[in-house]
Amino acid sequence: MTQKPKLALYWASSCGGCEIAVLGLHEKILDVAAAFDIVFWPCVMDFKYADVEAMEDGEIDVCFFNGAIRNDENAHLAHLLRRKSKVLVAFGACAFGGSMPGLANFYDRDTMFNWIYMDSPTTINPDKVLPQKRYDTPEGELVLPGFWNTVKTLAQVVPVDYFLPGCPPEAQSIEAAVTAIVAGELPPPGSVIGSDVTVCDECKRTKTEKKIKRFYRPQEIIPDPDICLLEQGLFCAGIGTRSGCGAKCPAVGMGCRGCYGPNEGVLDHGAKILTGIASAIDAETAEEVEIILDTLPDPAGYFYRFHLPDSLLRRKARKNGKKQMDGGPQ
Amino acid sequence: MIENGTFKPVIVGFLCNWCSYRAADLAGTSRMGYPSTLRDIRIMCTGRLDPTFVLRALQKGADGVLIMGCHPGQCHYQAGNYKAIRRFALLKRTLRQLGLEEERVQLHWASAAEGVQFAETVARMTEQIKALGPLDWSHNWPNEDPYAVEEATE
Repeated sequence: MTQKPKLALYWASSCGGCEIAVLGLHEKILDVAAAFDIVFWPCVMDFKYADVEAMEDGEIDVCFFNGAIRNDENAHLAHLLRRKSKVLVAFGACAFGGSMPGLANFYDRDTMFNWIYMDSPTTINPDKVLPQKRYDTPEGELVLPGFWNTVKTLAQVVPVDYFLPGCPPEAQSIEAAVTAIVAGELPPPGSVIGSDVTVCDECKRTKTEKKIKRFYRPQEIIPDPDICLLEQGLFCAGIGTRSGCGAKCPAVGMGCRGCYGPNEGVLDHGAKILTGIASAIDAETAEEVEIILDTLPDPAGYFYRFHLPDSLLRRKARKNGKKQMDGGPQ
Repeated sequence: MIENGTFKPVIVGFLCNWCSYRAADLAGTSRMGYPSTLRDIRIMCTGRLDPTFVLRALQKGADGVLIMGCHPGQCHYQAGNYKAIRRFALLKRTLRQLGLEEERVQLHWASAAEGVQFAETVARMTEQIKALGPLDWSHNWPNEDPYAVEEATE
């Protein structure tokens, strides 16, 4: 009997939704278990990092890595699993583009620590204790992974073979990837596994010329069930976002959030959504445009919701960026 | 860019083929003096300017980006500069959220006859950026990965 290929799944800085998405394959998960020998999956089975460290380099055939890289532990596992795996897949929007954890790139470590451990109304911390990387106790030294100023994507830390977009990837996307791996019919390395049209192509809403006089937030109107949401003034990232999800969000009246990320060849997801949204604005003077844009709070948050660390500028400018690196609470 | 110990800004200019690029030509052929900070790139219309170009320039080390096109109502393609107005307004708000100073990315108009205005715009923007100092964007994310350092030194 030939040996089954070895599969590893890991979560770095993520919410656990990707793990649930794998289980969302329902009974097909049994096919996965039948086709693969699962050697590492800390979310659902008891494995230790030492188990992985004990493996030969390249012993794992496929590793599905979800989550962004935001601390030393995430980076350690990224390097370790890269070394031990033949094929490393950035699984889901966090590993691919940074996603929600990546929104921390609008801040930096000091700002976050000050808010979380000192200033937030629900915190009482009179001694101003902050997380330390090392702490000596009578029983021995305790260590915590270092917390980074800038969240990175998996591909910014180690070379990645394939990208599987989505927050989380839809069952059909995972199925397609697993089927391709089992059959040995993988696309060229570096590819995003999925289709290359936009969400608009899959969206069944009626689209005509877009002329927006103001934007609405989802709670402000009840959208028409058949007309394009952007035409109704609701922010929708579908015009600049890869499809593959079946346009589920627009189908239920919520504009596309952009989780499947940019299409092929796009350097900056946010810039493409920005272009599309700007083209829909119905105004000819700068003043009129400004009045309309006042109804769209937090544009950068909308455009870079899933791909800020993966964007060209990657993060918000840091004041005295170079100085902060040397000091800080760690 | 630091030249002889003083900061000399690098400004990437995206100039519309029909107006501003000709204004630049006119400034040159008329021997008007203006700072040599501008690296001009000719585009067919400001309506062609993908915001990606601006972000790419900033990421690659530009200290500022100057976009120049035809006056509203005078676009060679009827409405390209109106598209630029909308995109620019949204781009400016986005860049503000990313912590970029307003003066670093500017949109101005210059007709083919306005060589003087072109030269003045470049001179004014150069002074503004000199006052702000270098941008040096990629220094916002120095390497924090201890394992990458380890591997690199192995």
